[in-house]
Parts: sequence; structure tokens; C-alpha cells
Amino acid sequence: MSFSINSNVSEVVGTGKVATIELTGELDSLSARLFQKEIEKVALESPKDLVLDMENLSFMASAGLRVLIFSKQKIGPSLNIYIVKPQEAIVDTLDKTGLLHSVTIVDKYPS
Amino acid sequence: MATNTKSINDIRIDYYPTHEHEGIKFRRGHAMPYGATTVPNGVNFSISSSAATACTLVLFDRGAPQPFAEIPFPDEFRVGDVYCMIVFDLDVERLEYGYRMDGPFAPELGHRFDKSVILSDPYARSLGGRDTWLAEPNWDDVYPYRSRLAFEDFDWENDHPLEYPIEDLMIYEMHVRAFTQHPSAKVKNAGTFSAIKHKIKYLKELGVNCVELMPIYEYDEWENSKPNPVTGEMLVNFWGYSTVNFFSPKAGYAATGKFGMQVDELKTVIKELHKNGIEVMLDVVFNHTAEGDQRGHTISFRGIDNKTYYMLTPEGYYFNFSGTGNTLNCNNPIVRDMVLDCLRYWAADYHIDGFRFDLAAILGRAQDGSPLSNPPLLESLAYDPILAKCKLIAEAWDAGGLYQVGSFPAYGRWAEWNGKYRDTVRKFLKGDTGQVGEMVQRIQGSPDLYYYRGPTASINFIACHDGFTLYDMFAYNEKHNEANGEDNRDGGNDNHSWNCGWEGETDDIEINFLRRKQIKNALSILLVSQGVPMLLMGDEMGRTKLGNNNTYCHDNELNWLDWSLLKKNKSLFEFAQSLIKFRRAHPVLRSSTHFAHSDYVGSGYPDISFHGARAWNMDGAEYSRSFAFMLDGDHAKQGVIKDSMIYVAMNMYWESLTFELPVLNRDRKWHVFSNTDMPDSEAVNTLGKEPLTASQESIVIGPRSVMILVGK
Repeated sequence: MSFSINSNVSEVVGTGKVATIELTGELDSLSARLFQKEIEKVALESPKDLVLDMENLSFMASAGLRVLIFSKQKIGPSLNIYIVKPQEAIVDTLDKTGLLHSVTIVDKYPS
Repeated sequence: MATNTKSINDIRIDYYPTHEHEGIKFRRGHAMPYGATTVPNGVNFSISSSAATACTLVLFDRGAPQPFAEIPFPDEFRVGDVYCMIVFDLDVERLEYGYRMDGPFAPELGHRFDKSVILSDPYARSLGGRDTWLAEPNWDDVYPYRSRLAFEDFDWENDHPLEYPIEDLMIYEMHVRAFTQHPSAKVKNAGTFSAIKHKIKYLKELGVNCVELMPIYEYDEWENSKPNPVTGEMLVNFWGYSTVNFFSPKAGYAATGKFGMQVDELKTVIKELHKNGIEVMLDVVFNHTAEGDQRGHTISFRGIDNKTYYMLTPEGYYFNFSGTGNTLNCNNPIVRDMVLDCLRYWAADYHIDGFRFDLAAILGRAQDGSPLSNPPLLESLAYDPILAKCKLIAEAWDAGGLYQVGSFPAYGRWAEWNGKYRDTVRKFLKGDTGQVGEMVQRIQGSPDLYYYRGPTASINFIACHDGFTLYDMFAYNEKHNEANGEDNRDGGNDNHSWNCGWEGETDDIEINFLRRKQIKNALSILLVSQGVPMLLMGDEMGRTKLGNNNTYCHDNELNWLDWSLLKKNKSLFEFAQSLIKFRRAHPVLRSSTHFAHSDYVGSGYPDISFHGARAWNMDGAEYSRSFAFMLDGDHAKQGVIKDSMIYVAMNMYWESLTFELPVLNRDRKWHVFSNTDMPDSEAVNTLGKEPLTASQESIVIGPRSVMILVGK
């Protein structure tokens, strides 16, 4: 499936900004560049939460994992990263590479 | 005022291309650091060769059969002997690179250049080509071991090496794949770094606080692989004592190796082990490489700078002090720097707590092979600030006959695998005469060997990956290495083992009881000896290799740890666990200095005393097979900490002996912690709840038994 990415940043009254990025298809090293650009874009808004909707993401290569690390570094350690409905293989890779500690896996963004 | 980082990079002219070759843009690079490192907009490549006449950078897309670019280094890019270049706009995630080196092919002068071969970078932080364990490689690949980049973006959180005092370590020697590969391990991603995480709870229950991983640097399991002539099964390089690259973790040990994420996976496991109070030590092999002798493959060093990296005979052949074909030229200044850079990298970037150096005597040899009295490499390692808190442990011998146990150049830092401890304890357990005198030294941390270095120089072990497991030591008189396909010629013959009356497996209840007892005897002696104990993976559960004392080539049950033994030999596990707990609870067992054999705290007892059938009278005669020793708890940690009295009696006669007990002062009484002569369920008592001895005057020590008493 070809890769597509959509993002928006919304302001939640009293709590700060929430950036939502929806990822579809396969996140390989080529598409990871688009992902990174999107992160750079939403980083300008200094969100407190980053919500990554991965329900329709079937594969994530190392380049994609590196963008997750990058997002934490770019936006700051106080950023909360929520991954919505990731497929099992992706959770597995996050676990093995230690990234699971840095993100929260959810079925739905809590607020 | 905050400055945008990007704008700084934009104005730096050294990050703009000046050259172009087949559409690839590049410029002169930085000579340091060696290897391939990311810089703004590009990758800096740097490699040195003292005798090459030209060098070409070869770039591949991941797994591609042919390179997408070959860029010759312009002459003006060379700094001294170093070729350096920044290449722009590369996909660092998918990039694989190598070098072609041109120069003379003149073995008699030490040169073996061959520009038709693409060479791995000795400083590559990651290697492709063997990404999945035992996946059959493409034998026609023009470049089988592909250098890749690694990234320094791992989130260590607050992790830090644990820096335990070495005398407090309980080392567990293990093989990454063998630890969890057996189906009985019942873990996800069996046989990988990741799977270790699922067994951390077990390691903690056992009580170990340091794991020593058998080689995890990238090696090739296919090296010298061959079908077993008897079974047809493929024999491979399983142990990994044959390095392809010193900076890269073995991708095939990572469940995520196929994604190129082995670096992150290994770091994750180290972080997790540290969180659970377990140090990580690496078994490193700097004595030789996987390139072998003149018949071997050219992978990296040979084609880059043969004369620098290897010890060569005057005729240009390889000295073979490693027994495997070649010998790394460790005291050449270039190689010395590489070894230092490598260990610094592992200490700094992977938070490694210590290193065990395979055949370390080679690290003390001069470039012509002769032993040095003041080897610069060993000295550099000992005084290096980045390695300042790392444990350095030498296997203080080599295959060229240099045996330095007790005399390894230590610079106040190095510890040694104490081979003499292993041999003496084995002979004593076997019932050999003439061992008591030496046992007295061994249980004290071998002051005869390490008088000036202290007991912490002694890594005590009875079994390790080389040789019999602890169980096999009492089940086999002879090695049984037929499955290795070398007509049982390989492996050591000096096992000092005893089969307890039957060669191999038996249903005989008495023999099996005696074997279990001997294992408990061994564990008891190991855990009450001064120095640093090391346990071989699985010895705590009676692991067998069916009498094979050299299982280097088996990716099967001979090496895989069978976790069902934990149930079958529960009593052994519980015994080992209790003894480790006992050691941890009693600081008097973990001294960092040798005993003074005197009462320097005024407690009424010397720090250590020796006993026999009569208290205070040890029989050290040639025929003697028994003795006891007593530690005075008031002298624990040189009198700083108060501990109990500990009395250990060892009887390796085939008959019981009665030992008179030393009289305790201050109303203290003798209590029994363990007695290996008792049935399994009663061999050890709960720590802190030890029952009184039947008599305070004397004890009966069963045949081939060890008793540990606590005076409190």
C-alpha cells in the first residue's frame, strides 16, 4: 500500500496543543523522510501531546523508528507520544528496540 | 539569544560539496573520527592505510548486488595515511559502504593488497550481510560483510554502568543464543538479545549480578561450516570466537537484525539488565580475526593494511599464537589505538561494565611475537580514563604457550581467569592427594599468585564454556567429542574429571546422588572462596553436554540451555541460589585484601585460621584429602563491618571424618548452613534460620562432603 500522511494541530483549552499525525501504508526509509518533515512542521507549534494514528500502518522500518526518537529529541522530553492502534508487528519492534518505554500505546487518544 | 542550529550549518562552508562524481556530491572530509559518521547533510568517511597507493569508497543500497557508486579518493583528500571524504545526500538508513584499496601484492614484504575485493571498514559501527542467524548467505555476493552506519540516538534514560566493587560480583558466563534458544525456554524471539529480557527475573532469582556474554561482536556463523560426517547436520561457528568486526554487535543475535536495529536491541537489553542490578561484561577476542591464515578470506584488515594489523613471520606468513591462523598485532601503535577506541566505544556508547579478554597473553606480545615486560596496550587499557571503572579480566594464556596466570602485567587493574583455581579445585574434588596445600591458597584468593594484587585479581571458576560442564565433570572420565567431526582429537585432555563410577548417564541412584553431591561440593567451595566467583550458564541446574568438552560448532541441544532441567534438578538450583545468597549476606567472604593471618581487631581470633580433625591443626600432608577453615566475622572488610564466624569443612575422603570444632567466644554457637552429605531437601538451610549443630564440640563430615557452619 502506498504511504500517505496527514497531520493537524489542535488546541485543547487549558491543557495545550495536540498534534495528530495519521500514517497509512508502509513506513520505509523513503516515506520516513516525509514523516520527519511532518514532525518538524508540527514541532513548530510545540505540542504537549503527539498522537500517531497507526491503525492503517502495516510496516515500519528502522528509519521510522528513528523518526520517533527524533520527535522526542526535537520537541523535548516532556512530549507525550501516543500511538493509536498499532499493528502487532510494530509493537513488537518497538518493544525489542526499547522504544515502547518512550510511547504510550492506546486504542483511542484519551482526551 | 537562541540560535537556530540549521542556520549555523547553512553558513558553514565545510558542509557544502566541492566535488561531484557520477552525480554524487562530496568534499574533503575530516580525518577523525575513523569510520563513517553522520555530519550535517552527509556522511564523513575516514580510513587509514600505511601502504595503500589509492583508495576508493564503494557505496551500496542495502542488499543491492552491485554498488550504486564508486568514488576514488582524490589525492588532496588524504591526510597523512588517512583517506577522508564527506559524501552528501545519502540515505543513511539504507546505506552500505566499503572500500577498495590499491597497493602491492607482495606477501614477502607483508603486503596483500587486492583492489578487486571490497573491504569492510574496521571501524564500522554496524555490519550487514549476516542479519538473520544461519540464513544462508548469497555466496556470489561481491561484498558479503557490509559496513553500515549506527546512530547515537538511543534513549538511555538515566542508565549508568553499575560500578559494583569487583569483589561483590557473582558472574554468570552465558551465550546469547544458547541461553534462550531451546524450546523449553518458552520465550518470544528465542535465541536473541531481546529474549534475554524475559529471563532477567530468573537471573535475579539465582542471585547473579553480572552476566559475561560470550562473543557478541559480529562474527560469521558460516565460517568453516561443514556437514557433520556422522549425522549430516551442519556444524557452524556457534561460540563466535572469530571476530569479523570489533565495533559491530552480531546482527544475527538480534530479532531486529533484519531491520538493522541490532544496536538499539542490544542497548535495550543492557539498559534492562542494569535496571535490575545486573552488570554486563563482554568476552572480547582481540587475539585474532576471522581472516585466518594466508588461505583465509580477505574481509577487512588484510586488504587494508596487512602488515600493520597482523604479526608476520620474516617470510610474510602469519604467526599463529591464537591457534586459529593469524594473530592481531596488538602492540602496533595503530592496532593499539583501534583496540582502545573500540573498548572506549563499548564502554561509552553501550554502557558496558567490563571486558574479559580471550587469550589475553597475546595482548602482551611484541610485534615479533616475543612477550613484553611492559606491554603498552595493557598499560593503556589499565590507565584509560573512559575505561577507568570498567573491569578488565584477562584469560592470561595463549595458544603459543605463554602462560601468565599470576604474572599477567596488571598495573593494579587487571584481574585474571584463575586457571590454577579451576585445576586445583577439580583435583581436590576428584580426591587427588597433594592438593590441600594448594587449596589453602585457592580459597584465600590465591595469595601465592596475587600477593601484591589482592584476591580481587582472581576470577574463580571451576567450569566455563571451554571444557566440561560441572555436571559432566562428575559424569565423564574422558571427553566425548565425536559429534565435532574431528575424531575426538579436539578439546583439552586435562579435564581432572571423575565419573563417580560410571561413564555417562546412569539410573544408578547412588551414583546420581554422588554426582549431585559433587556439584554441590563444587558450588560450596566456589562460593566461599575469596576472589570473584564465576558460574557457567546452566551449571546451577545440572546442564550436560554429554561429555563433549568443546562444543564450539553446535547449534543444537549440546549448547542450548535446556530449561526443563530446572524442574528435574530443582535441588541443585535451590542449592546454588542459597549459596549465592549466603555469599551476598556475608561480607567476610568478599574481602578486597588478603588475609593477614592475625587478629588485628582484637576479637580473639585471627581473620582466617585452618583446622583439621583437631581444631587449629590442619593436616596438610601429601596424603591428606580434607581440611577446614574458619573466618572471623569481626575482621570482615578489614574490620569495618561485623559479620558472623564462618567455618567450612571439606572432606574428599570416601569415608566420614569427625572434626573437632573451634570454641566460640561471646556465647556464640555453631549453626549448620549447609551439608552436602544430606538428602537434597535437607542439604541447605534458610539463611538466618540455620539450626544449631548437633554438638558444639565436633561435627561428622560425610564422605566426599562439604559443610558450612555459621557461628553466631
